[in-house]
Amino acid sequence: MTDTPIRILIAKPGLDGHDRGAKVLARGLRDEGFEVIYTGLRQTPEMIADAAEQEDVDVVGLSILSGAHMALLPRTVELLRERGMDEVLVAAGGIIPDADVTKLKAAGVAEIFGPGTSIGAIARYFREHVRRT
Amino acid sequence: MTHGLIEELASGARRPLARLLTRIENGDPSIRPILPELFASGHGAHVVGITGPPGSGKSTLVNALIGEWRRRGKRVGILAVDPSSPYTRGAILGDRIRMMEHAADRDVFMRSMAARGELGGLAATTWIGAAALDAAGYDPILIETVGAGQSEVEIARLAETTVVVEAPEMGDEVQAIKAGLLEVADIVAVNKGDRPGADRAARQLRAMMSTAGGRVERSPPKIMVTTATSGEGVTDLADAIEAHRAAAREPLAARDRAASQVRRALADLAGGRAVANPAWDETIQRVAERQLDPLTAAERLLDGVG
Ligand SMILES: Nc1nc2c(ncn2[C@@H]2O[C@H](COP(=O)(O)OP(=O)(O)O)[C@@H](O)[C@H]2O)c(=O)[nH]1
Ligand SMILES: [Mg+2]
Repeated sequence: MTDTPIRILIAKPGLDGHDRGAKVLARGLRDEGFEVIYTGLRQTPEMIADAAEQEDVDVVGLSILSGAHMALLPRTVELLRERGMDEVLVAAGGIIPDADVTKLKAAGVAEIFGPGTSIGAIARYFREHVRRT
Repeated sequence: MTHGLIEELASGARRPLARLLTRIENGDPSIRPILPELFASGHGAHVVGITGPPGSGKSTLVNALIGEWRRRGKRVGILAVDPSSPYTRGAILGDRIRMMEHAADRDVFMRSMAARGELGGLAATTWIGAAALDAAGYDPILIETVGAGQSEVEIARLAETTVVVEAPEMGDEVQAIKAGLLEVADIVAVNKGDRPGADRAARQLRAMMSTAGGRVERSPPKIMVTTATSGEGVTDLADAIEAHRAAAREPLAARDRAASQVRRALADLAGGRAVANPAWDETIQRVAERQLDPLTAAERLLDGVG
């Protein structure tokens, strides 16, 4: 069963307008053999957590540009844990200051991928860190 | 253990349902022993297949139907199936984008599934998945599939009511509908009714249905025009789907569907047993070398003779 494809939900919380990066990531991860549930723009943490719960994903990937990461990311983690999704890996991509990265990791965000990270490296990280029970 | 699960489903808890759907999707052997109880605990939900070519507006229409049925006080379950890449096994499951307005509604449960390319497996997965949603009290249950391959059409055929969604823009598309999907349609939704040509396509289809033979055993599909983005025609479509429920449950129709379901299960079962036969590789090799004909090979694999 561990050889079934990793399921990842990709969402773009917050208010900024385009999702080119998220779409490139979605296609890239599909090509890496992931099942990518793409939910589009302007998602609230509640919508993301509810969708992740119904989809029973292994990973929630959040694309962040807006600078609202300190509000959105810990809240999403909290809502996922409230729904009993203790194992789900939450990762984010975007430009986030080092000081915030430390705080986000303390709040349960597994990893932050900077703008230059290759899709291959992201896929490898997920393959190594996804836990299934 | 089974008992606890069925009760959890009935209580409306979403996490156990989501976890169960994962096991179903993975073909987890632990599903087999709970199947009888899972089916028995269903509430008789109306299972509706929504199929048609990519981009015709199936997911947008499902979104509009969810809204309509929520206004009628119904709890709606959705399984949306998209193809997997045969090369990487990966998939982009994008149907949810169109339905996010219902993401946080506790009375809507939507699950995206990748077809994963297993022979026959998809039909089994969606059927058992629908049974799980039924046990959890969702009614109706909508199954969205891309009406391209044989297996998708087959899933549509297994539903009680099949809606084929088309968005004809080119003249030759009406021919394409005729070729395959129309045979499984109980209702055809000519979508994108806001665009020129939709009404004409609907008229063409109606004319075709009244003259074309070949469907003597079933009544011709109802042809409707919808605009999924504005909701126009969606109330009528929901009414037509609900009205078809009774027709789908008439003894003859129910028997036909049951026969298709059992035939499908039989094919899966036989195929699975034959592949698991230790003589599989050797038998296939003999057929490849033309020492054995395929039918005899299949018989031997099934008998376990090898
Ligand atoms: N103009 C118009 N566009 C529509 C309508 N329904 C869906 N669309 C658009 O068609 C595209 C594909 O829709 P989608 O629901 O994803 O199609 P699917 O692939 O069949 O599920 C989207 O851009 C929709 O906004 C409609 O009634 N009118
Ligand atoms: Mg769709």
